[in-house]
Parts: sequence; C-alpha cells; structure tokens
Amino acid sequence: MDAAAIFERLQARFGDAVVTFDSGGEPAVRVNPSAIFQVCEYLKTDPALGFDCLSNQSGVDYPKRNDIEVVYHLYSYRVRHACVLKVSVARDNPTMPSVWRVWKTAIWQEREIFDLLGVVFEGHPDLRRILLPEDWVGHPLRKDFVEPTEYHGISTKRESML
Amino acid sequence: MKQLVLQLTGEGGLLAGVPYPLAAALAMLLFGAIVVFVFVLPVAGVTSWLERRVWARIQSRVGPNRVGPQGFLQWLADGIKNMLKEDIIPTAADRILFSIAPYLVVIGFIATFAVIPFSSALVIADLNIGILYVTAVTGLVVVGVLMAGWASNNKWSLLGGIRSAAQIVSYEIPAALSIFPIVLLTGTLSMQGIIQAQGWAPWHWFLFHNPFTFTAFFIFFVAALAEGNRTPFDLPEAESELVAGFCTEYSGMRYLLFFLAEWGNLYVIGAIVTTLFLGGWQVPHVTDNPFVLAVLQFGVFFLKSYFWVFIAMWVRATLPRVRVDQLMSLCWLYMVPIAIVNLVGTAIWMMVVPAGLDRVVQMLMTLGGAAIVVGFFGRVRFHLRRAKLRDVDYYYNPII
Amino acid sequence: MSLGGYDVEVQRPGGLATEEMTLNMGPQHPSTHGVLRFIVKADGEVMREAIPDVGYLHRSIEKIAEKVGYHGFMPYTDRVDYVAAMPCNQGWGMVCEKLAGIEVPRRAEYCRVIAVELNRIASHLLSVGSMGMDIGAYTPFTHALREREYINDLLEELCGARLTFNYMRIGGVAWDLPPDWVPKAVAFLDRFEPLIDEYNALISYNKIYVERLANVAVISAAEAIDYNLVGPNLRGSGVKYDVRKDMPYSVYPEFEFDVPIGTGEVGTVGDCFDRYIVRIREMNQSCRILRQALAGVPEGPVLTKVPRKFKPPVGDAYIRLESARGDMGWYCVSDGSEYPYRVKIRTGSFTATSIIDKVSRGVMLADLIAIVASFDLVAPEIDR
Repeated sequence: MDAAAIFERLQARFGDAVVTFDSGGEPAVRVNPSAIFQVCEYLKTDPALGFDCLSNQSGVDYPKRNDIEVVYHLYSYRVRHACVLKVSVARDNPTMPSVWRVWKTAIWQEREIFDLLGVVFEGHPDLRRILLPEDWVGHPLRKDFVEPTEYHGISTKRESML
Repeated sequence: MKQLVLQLTGEGGLLAGVPYPLAAALAMLLFGAIVVFVFVLPVAGVTSWLERRVWARIQSRVGPNRVGPQGFLQWLADGIKNMLKEDIIPTAADRILFSIAPYLVVIGFIATFAVIPFSSALVIADLNIGILYVTAVTGLVVVGVLMAGWASNNKWSLLGGIRSAAQIVSYEIPAALSIFPIVLLTGTLSMQGIIQAQGWAPWHWFLFHNPFTFTAFFIFFVAALAEGNRTPFDLPEAESELVAGFCTEYSGMRYLLFFLAEWGNLYVIGAIVTTLFLGGWQVPHVTDNPFVLAVLQFGVFFLKSYFWVFIAMWVRATLPRVRVDQLMSLCWLYMVPIAIVNLVGTAIWMMVVPAGLDRVVQMLMTLGGAAIVVGFFGRVRFHLRRAKLRDVDYYYNPII
Repeated sequence: MSLGGYDVEVQRPGGLATEEMTLNMGPQHPSTHGVLRFIVKADGEVMREAIPDVGYLHRSIEKIAEKVGYHGFMPYTDRVDYVAAMPCNQGWGMVCEKLAGIEVPRRAEYCRVIAVELNRIASHLLSVGSMGMDIGAYTPFTHALREREYINDLLEELCGARLTFNYMRIGGVAWDLPPDWVPKAVAFLDRFEPLIDEYNALISYNKIYVERLANVAVISAAEAIDYNLVGPNLRGSGVKYDVRKDMPYSVYPEFEFDVPIGTGEVGTVGDCFDRYIVRIREMNQSCRILRQALAGVPEGPVLTKVPRKFKPPVGDAYIRLESARGDMGWYCVSDGSEYPYRVKIRTGSFTATSIIDKVSRGVMLADLIAIVASFDLVAPEIDR
C-alpha cells in the first residue's frame, strides 16, 4: 500500500481534522499531535495496514515555523510496506503523547528525542536523558542551541590546531 | 639425608653437640628451602612461559620469544618487573587480610611439594598420609582466595572469591573420591607406596588397572582442573565477567603470587596425576648406579607430569568457560555419583576378579588406550594433509 | 525466580536480611565492547535487572552533520560504526543521492557492494571472535582476527585505510578497484570459505559453548519486531527479513544469496546461539555475493559528476540499508542549502540495547555477557 492509500484509510477513520497529506519531500501523513497515539494504534492493529515496527523516530527543529516536527518511519514486516507520519508540536511547549504502548522501541527513541530536542512525551515510563549527562542544560539539536563555554569546569573551546 | 645429618651431629662434625632432632629439622627446612627456590619457583615460572607459548601457537600467534632463547627467560623478566612494581593496597581494603591472602595461596601450593616424589630417593618427606596431606593443604588455597576476594572490598573480587570457594569445596569431593580407589588398591596413602605398587610399563599403571580406575582418572583430572581454577572452570577469575575476579585489586608482587600459585598448581596437578595413575617415577631397571637411576626417574616423572600440564594448557586454549550453575550441576549431578560408583566398583573388582583375569583386563585396557592415541594422531595427520591439499598456510612449526 | 532456565524457589529463613547487590558494570569492563555501562542489580549470581547506561561515546555526529556540509560529512560517517564503516559510508551516500536524485554508475555500485560485503565479513568475524572470548574461549578470537587482517589488507589497498575508510562519495566511490585487486580478493575468498567450517568445528558446536548460549535470552519474533531489533538479531528470532532482499537497493537484486535465519537448532528460536549462528552463515552468504560481484564488475566510471557545492532540493529522504549490524536507517532533511538541515542515524545497536533491560531479568551474571556479545553491540554505534 502506498502513502496515498494509507492516507485514505486514515482519513476515512479519523477525518480531515486529524490527518492531512503532506507531499513535500517524501509523501507523508501529517497527524494532529493529540491524536498520534490513536492513529498509531490503528496503524498497528488494522490487519490491512499492520505496521508492526517503528523503524525510526526522529525530531526536526524548525525555529522559523516555530515548531518541532517528530517524524515516524513505520514499517510492516507482515505486509511489507512503509509509511511516514509527521507530527508538529509547538516549539515553546513541545508536548505530545508517547507511543511506547504501541511499539516498545519508542521508549528509547523517544528518550533520544527528548534528550536532543526537548520534546516531552506524555505517558512515557522513563523519560530521562539518554545520550547526554543528566545535568546537561539545553537540547543540542535545536537550531538555537548555544554550546556552553564549559562543562564542570572543562572548557569546551579549543584553539585551532592549525 | 639421615646419614648426612648423623655425620654432622656426630663427634668431630660441624654441628657437634647439637641434638639430632633439631639438626634433622633444620636440615629438612634447608632442603625444603632449596627445593622451593631451585625447583618450585622455576617450575612455576617455566610453566608460565610454556603456557604462553603453547597458547600462542594454538592461537596462531608467536608468543613471548624475546627474552632468552625462544623467550625461555620471560618468566624471570616478568618476575623482576612485578617485584619492582608498586604494591597498591586500596584504602577501603582490609589491609591485613589483603596482605596475607596471596601468601596463604602460595603456601597452599608450595606445601604440596613436600610429598611429591620426584624419584625413589628425591622426596622431601615421604609422609605415610601423603595423598591425604596434599588434599588437605590445597584446601588452604581456597581460604586465601576467599580472603583475597573479601578483603579487596570490591564486588567483582567478592563474587570471584565466593565462586572460587563454592567451586573448590565442591570439586574436592569428586577429587577425593577418585583418589580412594587407588588407596583401596594399594592399601597405603603414602605417595611412594602408591608408586611402588605400580610398574614402569603402561599395563602396570593404575590408569589401565580396571575400568573404574580409568574413569576415576578422568574425574580426578577434571576435578583437579576445577580446583586449580583452570579453563573451562576459571570462573573465579573469569576475565570477561568479573574483570579479574578475586585478584582485581592486586598489583605487583602480590598479584604475581596468585599466578605463581596457579602455574605451580598446574605442575602439582600433573605430578599427582602421574603419581596416582601413571606409575610415577617407575623406570625399567637399566642400571644399578643410584645416581643415574635417580636422574632417569626424575626425568620420567618430570616428563609425565609436564605432559598433563600440556594437556591442561591445551584444554584451556580450546574450551569456553562454563556457567556457574552448570559448574555445580556437573559436579553434583555427574561427577560425584560417578566417583562413588568408581569407589564401590573398585572394591567389588578387588573382591570378585581373579588374578589371572586381572592381567588380561589390564592388557586389553592398555591396548584400548593405545588405540585412542593412534586414532588421535591419525586424525591430526588427516587434517594436516587436508590443509596442505587446500594450500592453507598452517604454521605448525613451534620454533619461531 | 528463573535460574539458568530452571524455576527455582528462593527460600529466605526469617530474620536473615538479604540485600541486592548493585554492580556497576562498565564503562570500563573487559566485555562491554567499547564504553557501555550496565547498572546491574544482582542477587548473588542471578541478575534482577541490568539497566544499560549509554552515551559515553556520544560524539554528536548528527550535530556535526549540520555544520560540515554534505561532502564533508562523509569521513564522519566512518565513526558512526567503526567496526563496519563501509555501510555507514554507503548509507550517507544513498540518502544524499535519494535527496538529489543522483544516479550512481553501475561500476561504482559494484565497488560499493564489494567493499560493504568485505567489511561485513570483517565485522562478523570480530563479532564471532569476541563472542567466543566473552564466553571464555580465547582461541577463536585470534583465529578470526587473523582472517580479518587479510580483509583489512584488501580494503587498505582499495582505499588506503584499514578502519575508517572514507571510501565512498556522494554519487559513487572515491577510487576504482586497483589493478590486480580482484584476483587477490578471490584468492582470499578461496582461503576463507573453508575456514568458516573450521570455526564451526572449533567453537560453534562445542558442547560447553552451546550450553552457554542455547535458551539464553530468548526473544520471540513479535518481541524482536516490537523492539525494532534488526539484522542478524532479528533474523536470529526467525524473521526472514533482509533489507538487501526485501527492500532491494544498489545492485543486490542481481545477486543470488540466501537469508539465513535462526531455527532453534540447539535450543529455542531466538536464543543467543541463533543470533550467533546467523552471523556465521551470513559470512557464507557474503562470500557468495562477493564471488558474483567480483566476477561481474562492469566497465565504466566510478563517480558521477556531483557539484562541489552540493545543494539538494528542499525535502527529506529516509533510506534503509543492511549494515553489518542490520537495518540502518538514514534520515536527512534538506533545506536547499549547502548544509544538511538535519541528519538522523537509526542504528541497530541502539535499538538492540533497549531490549537488554527486558531480557536480562532473572538470568545469571555470566549470561549478560553472552547477551551483550550476541547482540553484537558496538558502543559508538549506540551513541553516535
């Protein structure tokens, strides 16, 4: 099933207010943040769709649009087709439901997005920093992140070797 | 030795006036010290070099070959290096226990040399409870290891120490139970007595005496490997699991002492196996010259025990490590019951089998043993040939 | 409580207080394959839980990508997974080519496949060897590394580096196959293929080895998919899925090869042994692919013309490829400038680490080592 067909099914189930089609770049389905859990659950449990695997979950920061986009790359090992979901959350209060109950792999992937982009996933069982130290300030993959000049007294600035 | 001491304490001797028991004790101590420094430490050291070389060749590496011919003096260099290194005692460790633990381990292994009969004359003390004594003093090792594990105040060390304690205590039982058939056969616990009950020829060895001693031999060897913390039972110092086990916090000479004991123990295992099952120093009667005879006997004993040291090295290079629950179930579910069957079986064998049949069985078993050896070398030849046909460059030359 | 597969009732006499021991395994530990840390709660030898703590090797490669431009990022991809750097190179190349719609010359695709498959064998050799070492057998490790040296020599001749190759470029590969290189590679395969059987004889079916791995950390197919295990880890659970076969890319459709899966031959499907044996068999399949690829390298250029100031159109692209550690996802967002707007690398080790917490409950401490080794975790790939 290609992205358009998947979108039609989702549209029929959830309506236009929840899902819209995004054809810029790779064809994707834009989902309203509040409904992401229901959409994902449907995508997984519907026998014709059967997306049993969250292949990749990543976040992209768009300061100009003032939102953070969380991108879900889904894959179905059963039906062997793929689909992309995109969710935009407000940059100043990036909060959205967690999908870890649908795919367990989201536990770690959401932790990584929280760590690097600061998106808060509601209902996540263990939302801690994963790659960076617990006491790190800021979320480095945000475009306006400024590297602190020192970390625990260790300077992060270095003279150019050249 | 007795005559020498008598001569010295007698009239006109160097030690005239010294009471005989004191002089004898001093002489034994002196002899013991000479054995320790001239024989035991070099044996442990050379075993370490040999192990590294054998291991390296099996792993298609070269191994230490820089210090001395073929790297033969590597152990001396290592010893000197370790003696010069700083001896670190962690702040949180129990200083006293931490310090004395390695010595206990070393004492446990050196003490066994007191009864090992290198020839009919070369033995420090031919105790009438020789083999029991060996079993007893090797028990000291577990105390030392447990002490080291506990005193290090390190969880990895503790785990290693506890593992070692459980392992050695468990495997003492099948080891001891496998010694008993021999004791039944000879009626003595003395090491010399056990050797004298055997002959120089393989069919006189207790290994081929009857099927039960044959099994007992393997159980003893495996249990001895486990007691010596050798692969596949090297759980107490399992590098990939417990970092270095009970010796994680040790450094310098103390660290070396543990390994001295380990490599020395390897030789002790070989020596005891040789004594109990392989005819010890027995050689055919070729000469009446006691000196030549002693050298011959020593050589035979040495080679036989080093053969088993080599087997232990080979096993170490080949086998992975068992898990701790598998270790215990192997001991209690298989080895202890089989060892008991061996014991009872030997007793029944002695009662039932007539003398004539005895001889036939020994011959047959020796033939069977020879067949195993021939089969093994045939297999080696087959594989080497196949490798040559495929033109794979095998480096089977051990001298690099 | 489960003790090595058996259910054991732990009885605590009243009044005897027991305490769980917290072990800090790593970041420096002989068998954590890099710097990986587990906070282990253990009751003696039995683990209650082992919580992975990652991030010690985080080098912010994704952030660096936003600063160095498309061409400049290629050397950094080597560092994502330095044990198998070629697939990372290829991943970055592929995602950029997809963004900009660049066609890669066929000869370059063959070069890529040859390099990647050689690298896959090298990576699997390291994995198989270190697995033996973690279980306590040291000999397979040196034997495996000896063969890996030959591959390193071949790859060094190909691209000048032995570990971080930086061989591929957007739109092809940097260097053509050197003259007389193909016969050398074939000679290596002739030598290597029989040796795989020798590894099996040496270690794979060793009784102790099998006992240590069989029925340990069984992961069902559904669980493996749920946790997004990929590559050999997924196939070990019995899912016949290989990106090379099921979402073909590059010139893989032209080659014949099988996808080995775990069959539970000595235990349960999805145990550590299955994950291990899948890697052994994959080496055989890589040899098959290599033989076909080496025999059929077409003539032609190895690099298309890609502008120095590489500016792909606005949009995003996601590609998946079969790295040595399985399905690797590369997501790249372009805003039309010289610099990637966002790069995300979803690696196999990252998702595999997330399941360790689950499978390590109730197994023995020694099993954790087997589990970590069987997932073939490479710490830099987890942290990126």
